[in-house]
Amino acid sequence: MKRFIGFVKKEFHHIFRDPRTMLILFGMPIAQILIFGYVVSNEINDVKIGVYDKSKDNITKEITNKITASGFFILSDNLNSDKEIEDAFKKGIIREVIVFEQNFAKKLEREGSASIQIIADASDANTANIVANYTESIINNYMREELWAEGLPYQINPEVRMLYNDELKGVYMFVPGTMALILMLVSAMMTSISIAREKEMGTMEVLLVSPLKPLPIVIGKVIPYMVLSFINAIVIIALSYFVFKMPIQGNFIFLLAETLLFIFMALSLGILISTASNSQMVAMFISMFALMLPTMLLSGFIFPIENMPKLLQWISAVMPAKYFITIVKNIMIKGSGIEIIWKETVIIVGMTLFFLMMSVKKFKVRLE
Amino acid sequence: MGNTLENMVEVKGLKKSYEQIEAVKGVSFSVSKGELFGLIGPDGAGKTSIFRILTTLMFPTEGIVRMMDLNVIKDYKTIRNHLGYMPQRFSLYQDLSVEENLEFFARIFGTTIDENYDLIKDIYAQIEPFKTRKARKLSGGMKQKLALSCALIHSPEILILDEPTTGVDAVSRKEFWEMLIRLKEKGITILVSTPYMDEANLCDRVALIQNGKIMSIDTPEKIIGNFGRKLWAVKSDNVYQLIQDLRSVNTIDSVFPFGEYLHITVKSDDDNLTDLITILRGNGHSGIEIQEIEANIEDCFMELMQ
Amino acid sequence: MNENAENIIEVKDLVKKFGNFVANDHLTFEVKKGEIFGFLGANGAGKTTAIKILSGLSYPTSGDVNIAGYDVYKEREKVKKNIGYMSQRFSLYEDLTVRENIRFYGGIYGLSNKYIKEKTESLLDRLKMREIQNLLISSLPLGWKQKIAFSVAIFHDPKIVFLDEPTGGVDPITRRDFWEMIYEASHEGITVFVTTHYMDEAEYCDRVSIMDRGKIEGLDTPGALKDQFKAQNMDEVFLKIAR
Repeated sequence: MKRFIGFVKKEFHHIFRDPRTMLILFGMPIAQILIFGYVVSNEINDVKIGVYDKSKDNITKEITNKITASGFFILSDNLNSDKEIEDAFKKGIIREVIVFEQNFAKKLEREGSASIQIIADASDANTANIVANYTESIINNYMREELWAEGLPYQINPEVRMLYNDELKGVYMFVPGTMALILMLVSAMMTSISIAREKEMGTMEVLLVSPLKPLPIVIGKVIPYMVLSFINAIVIIALSYFVFKMPIQGNFIFLLAETLLFIFMALSLGILISTASNSQMVAMFISMFALMLPTMLLSGFIFPIENMPKLLQWISAVMPAKYFITIVKNIMIKGSGIEIIWKETVIIVGMTLFFLMMSVKKFKVRLE
Repeated sequence: MGNTLENMVEVKGLKKSYEQIEAVKGVSFSVSKGELFGLIGPDGAGKTSIFRILTTLMFPTEGIVRMMDLNVIKDYKTIRNHLGYMPQRFSLYQDLSVEENLEFFARIFGTTIDENYDLIKDIYAQIEPFKTRKARKLSGGMKQKLALSCALIHSPEILILDEPTTGVDAVSRKEFWEMLIRLKEKGITILVSTPYMDEANLCDRVALIQNGKIMSIDTPEKIIGNFGRKLWAVKSDNVYQLIQDLRSVNTIDSVFPFGEYLHITVKSDDDNLTDLITILRGNGHSGIEIQEIEANIEDCFMELMQ
Repeated sequence: MNENAENIIEVKDLVKKFGNFVANDHLTFEVKKGEIFGFLGANGAGKTTAIKILSGLSYPTSGDVNIAGYDVYKEREKVKKNIGYMSQRFSLYEDLTVRENIRFYGGIYGLSNKYIKEKTESLLDRLKMREIQNLLISSLPLGWKQKIAFSVAIFHDPKIVFLDEPTGGVDPITRRDFWEMIYEASHEGITVFVTTHYMDEAEYCDRVSIMDRGKIEGLDTPGALKDQFKAQNMDEVFLKIAR
């Protein structure tokens, strides 16, 4: 055990003493999240909206006033039919339409509940999401402060509908996507490079000749990167939660567990790459071209998979990142549990085992 | 060295091929306990391949290799516990300090610096004042001492050093050999490879190796004794011309530049080269010197190569 | 070597400082045309710094340095045109053929295509390498590479050629073939400036300078140095100076 701790300690020395490694480990994830985050802006101001009030009673008017008085929205159109809604969106002036159902106030009095439809133009998915969230919270506020406070236990149900992009592709995609990319980079690339470096410097010769067995060597090399990757993942999640207000609907611990699984997968892939490379250059190139580019281009991070040609769709099916992105999206946005994403989880577990087996088979106790 | 002593290393008919290239072409030798054994030969002779097989880092293609009477293929784990190895490029972690390197190697061998400090004291004491310096910033000689300390930290029975003096200046080289001789006195069996012929004299026994074959194995004295021919050193003020002129004398067998002098052998050892001065004077040479000398290892090596 | 030959390298009071550290401390020496000059010293003695100045790669802090009749301060480009350089590590492209390497280096020095072609033919004949001219350098034995590297370094007929540890690691016979090439170049008037820390290599030189801690501590023929320091060989001379 002492041998092993000594080994891990040495590995941390390597990492903390190399400014470039530190930059890749910590600078890059933060920079990437911030860049992706701010490219899709989260500020909204004077967003033009339309209202289709089928009821035109006191309550609908009050709600409409509340919304326009918030300062975020400007009422640009009063609409009178479904047809007009579509036309208004197509003109591209308004970003959101609020539809009150017929007999809104009466329904509230009689049934205790009524619904409001919030339709957002999701071609700019991020803005649409924020706009809809704001609207929803204004309505909720109104419900609590104006109705409940006066002893009226009415329930107003906002129903959000995203037009043109109803599954919200692209929105919040950057968080799961960046997470996949960064974890892949840190875990797979850094591990493979650090093992290849020992080969290049000749220190691997001495390690192999020592009584240290190959498995502890590999685990010792991997643990520091595992710890750092995990910290990275938490930093990314925290940034997206606090800075970009991305919700975490599902179980946070479950999210971390899935993240750890993905890190494990990436590390085993890194070890596999290192068995095939004798120098840092080779490890770098394999990681770049076999991992980074496909992860960026084929995992659905940047380009939607269903728009790809069949051949690329097949290739994307073996991209571990594709499944991880689905998992993270589901947990964070939809709040899904294991019952929804067990398939993806099983696939990543399978990939991890496969890579581990391959690298154990290929890792040599000798130089040839 | 008597044959009664225990053989620490035994190699019989060792061959090693890489794809089409045969790097080691049937090599046999043995090293006794406490012996300082030198593998002397140029780059590409097969020295590193042999050492990597001895250190269990590579499989032999053919032949029997035993270390401490253990099989290098089956018993590699036991062998590795008793082996100190210093690969060709001193394998140190450049970004770790002197002390951290030593501590690391002590740890992975399951020991501590204190436990075996006696063994490395002589060597480590010289670099201890710089113990917080990163390995990358050490001079060649200091790196060499640190690498040796690291290879010794677990008190191995056999020490294998692959070209430890390459790229190191003369002072450090000399100090290094003095350290090896002190280690030998402590009973450690040492195998060292070098391309420098002059280092052969510092070994108990040497194997002269060229193109994957051992040309001769013996004590340096006996190898020199086996030269068996007269050798002459010749000098004049114009070396280049002297080489050309000597080569055209048909009683002369070989002519090799050797520092300031040329070393020559003649076809018949009865020939005392009495005419040579006259011939060379006739060719316009001045400052001529001719004397019979004793061969050195390098002369022997070249003789064996031909 | 002719005692009356002209000086091809003249160094007077050369000083090079890096901050407070004096790497070269008032070096003064001359090298004659056609001489084989050994430039020795331990690691860190200041050899590399001096070589960089002599070959026009860096400026001295003070002192006069004249190479092949050109001042290293003012005529750097001319200095570079008149010197050749060969080191053990970098000299030939492993993934180019023998011929391509020669062609490339000829091109660097701006020689005409016609001249390169003619000279390549005669060089291949002289090295007896016509059959292997289209083989990749990587497939050749070390000794051959060294010969080619040396030929390439003097391809543009420089007045001085700098050799950095030229014969490390080769077998003794190939090594002597190589020294014969050096003798030949020197015979043809090329000055050969050899840096090494292997003392046996020093014994081949006409004159040897030994540096220690930035200063030249010994400068003479190997024979005279051995007498001066009462030593058997250059190794001992070196040890007496450096210890």
